[in-house]
Amino acid sequence: MTPVQRPISPHLQIYKPQLTSVLSILHRGTGLALAVGSLLLIWWLLAAANGESSFAAAQWFWGSWLGLLLLLGWSYALFFHLCNGLRHLVWDAGYGFELRTAYASGWFVVGASVVLTLLAWIIGLVVWR
Amino acid sequence: MLEHDRLRSPLGRVIGLGSAKEGVEHWWAQRITAVALVVLLLWFVASIVSLAGANRAAVAAWLHAPLPAILTVLLLIAGFYHMALGVQVVIEDYVHTEWVKIPALVLNKLISFALAIAGIFAVLRLAFGG
Repeated sequence: MTPVQRPISPHLQIYKPQLTSVLSILHRGTGLALAVGSLLLIWWLLAAANGESSFAAAQWFWGSWLGLLLLLGWSYALFFHLCNGLRHLVWDAGYGFELRTAYASGWFVVGASVVLTLLAWIIGLVVWR
Repeated sequence: MLEHDRLRSPLGRVIGLGSAKEGVEHWWAQRITAVALVVLLLWFVASIVSLAGANRAAVAAWLHAPLPAILTVLLLIAGFYHMALGVQVVIEDYVHTEWVKIPALVLNKLISFALAIAGIFAVLRLAFGG
């Protein structure tokens, strides 16, 4: 049955973005980005399993500026989704719903994800063989 | 009678309201895989960082030991299961044309499963082979 087309009230154009809503959609967005990036992770694993030449090609790509950029983005998405996911698990346990607590935990997630990403990359560059 | 349906009323089970038609076990699976992934990912990221710039022999050697190989396989299983559940919710939220939604949901499950198997194959090949 074809749905009747009725006008709806504006929502995204009107509602002021807030930390809560922004982090929520970012959680979904980083999840999707991680899903797409997992394809590349599997490609890297298969390249390693396949032999020297395919692995060398994969490593070359990941060492290129595009590869490093993608890796940086993917790693940030990972740490953000991880930290915000923990925030979700705390909510699932029933804690942290007060507005001030939600904002505090939200800012903590933003900071922690940046710090963890930087940490991982700095350590990675230091131990780079 | 499915064990996980004990949280549902018989009427609820029969009517199957909502875009997903069912969801409690989905909710639990998402949380359980999430907890597993927190632990597995922290280990995996630390391992990958320590392997930065490594050659293939180093990666294969790392996966020869049982613990890294097992943990990586567990990561792939939990990860792709978690991913499939998450993508499922996204499809249900944004796709409302039934003939597009159903194939999309099926493809999501199939592709997630295939990717997990591909990853496990690669890990096992490296663990047991060269």
